[in-house]
Amino acid sequence: MASTSLHGASVGDRIFRLATTAFALSIPLLLVLLAIDVAAAAWPALKTFGVAFLTSSRWDAVDGVFGAAPAIYGTIVSSVLALLIATPLAVGVAIFLSEFAPAWLRQPVAFLVDLLAAIPSVVYGLWGIFVLVPFLRERVMPLLADRLHLGGTPLFSGPAYGPSMLAAAVILAIMVLPYISSVTREVLMAVPRSQREAALALGATRWEMIWGAVLPYASSGVLGSIILGLGRALGETMAVTMVIGNRHEISSSLFAPGYTMASLIANEFSEATNDLHLSALMAVGAVLLAITLVVNVLARWLVWRVQRQGQA
Amino acid sequence: MPLTAVRFGATVTAESPATTTAPIVSVRSLDAYFAATRAVRDVSLDLVEGQVTAIIGPSGCGKSTLLRCLNRMHETVPSAHTEGEVLLEGKDIYARGVNPIEVRRRIGMVFQRPTPFPTMSIRDNVIAGFRAAGPAAPTRGEQHDIAESSLRRAALWDEVKDRLHESATALSGGQQQRLCIARALATKPRVLLLDEPTASLDPLSSQKVEELVYELRGDVTIVIVTHNMQQAARVSDRTAFMLLGELVEAAPTSRLFTSPVDERTESYITGRFG
Repeated sequence: MASTSLHGASVGDRIFRLATTAFALSIPLLLVLLAIDVAAAAWPALKTFGVAFLTSSRWDAVDGVFGAAPAIYGTIVSSVLALLIATPLAVGVAIFLSEFAPAWLRQPVAFLVDLLAAIPSVVYGLWGIFVLVPFLRERVMPLLADRLHLGGTPLFSGPAYGPSMLAAAVILAIMVLPYISSVTREVLMAVPRSQREAALALGATRWEMIWGAVLPYASSGVLGSIILGLGRALGETMAVTMVIGNRHEISSSLFAPGYTMASLIANEFSEATNDLHLSALMAVGAVLLAITLVVNVLARWLVWRVQRQGQA
Repeated sequence: MPLTAVRFGATVTAESPATTTAPIVSVRSLDAYFAATRAVRDVSLDLVEGQVTAIIGPSGCGKSTLLRCLNRMHETVPSAHTEGEVLLEGKDIYARGVNPIEVRRRIGMVFQRPTPFPTMSIRDNVIAGFRAAGPAAPTRGEQHDIAESSLRRAALWDEVKDRLHESATALSGGQQQRLCIARALATKPRVLLLDEPTASLDPLSSQKVEELVYELRGDVTIVIVTHNMQQAARVSDRTAFMLLGELVEAAPTSRLFTSPVDERTESYITGRFG
């Protein structure tokens, strides 16, 4: 044994190193294989329809014509709308918790907000169908369209069915809020005390300190948290499927039903009887995968920028 | 040079006849606490307008805490509070109804480590104190004049005049610290508090900051906390020695270092502890 240790690593060390290396490589390999598989399965549909697959609104399984534009549109619009609703709330909660909340309130509220992320999405969907959708149909939509006279604008026109783009966005907003809020809270609490003191010593009020010194210092991190939320929203399936109405059509109105890529796959995979239909669903999956990958890379890059700035 | 009386703890002596002008800042029986811990004990100290006062003492003696009481920064630490009075031009800054924000606008502060705002340009850093001020914000032209004059006073203008719009983080540590001094000077405070301003700097940068402190004397009343006794001897008119939260002795610098009255001061400056 003594002689082997002089001539390099022992056998045990070598096996251990090989094993851990294999584990470490298996995860990226899995991702690559998955992407290749999805792309290969999607290829027939993409080859058949070309760019029209991304731009056409016609999705007809009987005639074998597939255009995923409404689902792509729905995914992006519902997610972006969800972020527009969730971000101010989430950042507000994070600022309150990191800057204003008394110590005894901080932990319980942070815990409850984080708990929102633990609720299964099908439960959100159920709540959406029986509570949120009727509420939107009977209170919010009439308020927006009639009381505020926004009914004439394209965004809020048409009949209030209930299941709609708006319902999907609200559900998504609630679901991504804990992600944005807890990452933002961490980022804000990581702003050095010296930065806060520098602002206070210049005669800044608490608010001026937060607005002028804390938020700018944390801005890239806050942006990263929003993109993290966007990643969540893009891929969310169950709850959205239950409230968005699942109609394959692009409508400018938020009151109208829509579709998302994830819902489309979830609804149709069991009925895809021919190869082209299945391939079309795979192509939808490939587009979704590509969008979420880009979003995550963007988030990573932003976090990296924050870290580099922190070292400077 | 006025020979204000040496003050021991609670003994508030009468104004020394040698003091020709009223002190701009007068600390009266000040206690500072972190929760139940008394970090500053019954300190009384006068600051003469235009002079540089150094506060020396071993680590943990309360000198930084005392400094932070002078512009009400101490109370920004949770559970910290003070008792006693700090008179700025005769008015107690701890009196009921006094806004700490206004106090801090009149008494500037620079910290141990440079604290430029990393997302702001060099120029915006200098005028950051005005942005924070809100509606009374200066016009663009005024902003430029303020930035230039403040950077000149901080002896940084020549080094940065061609890159005012670059990020402040591009500067060296010493430049960043002088930028922070420029930022503190921009709002024209009566008093400038320096909390170990050279502790994180290399010798050459430290020297520049010291020269700056020397040049600013007469113009601004300066209090500098320092570990470095040579630095205190070089830059200050008066020196105060603190030990275990108490102000042991305060005297003209030349006298404190040559013939200290208290034997604890003598032990410290001769290097027997601390």
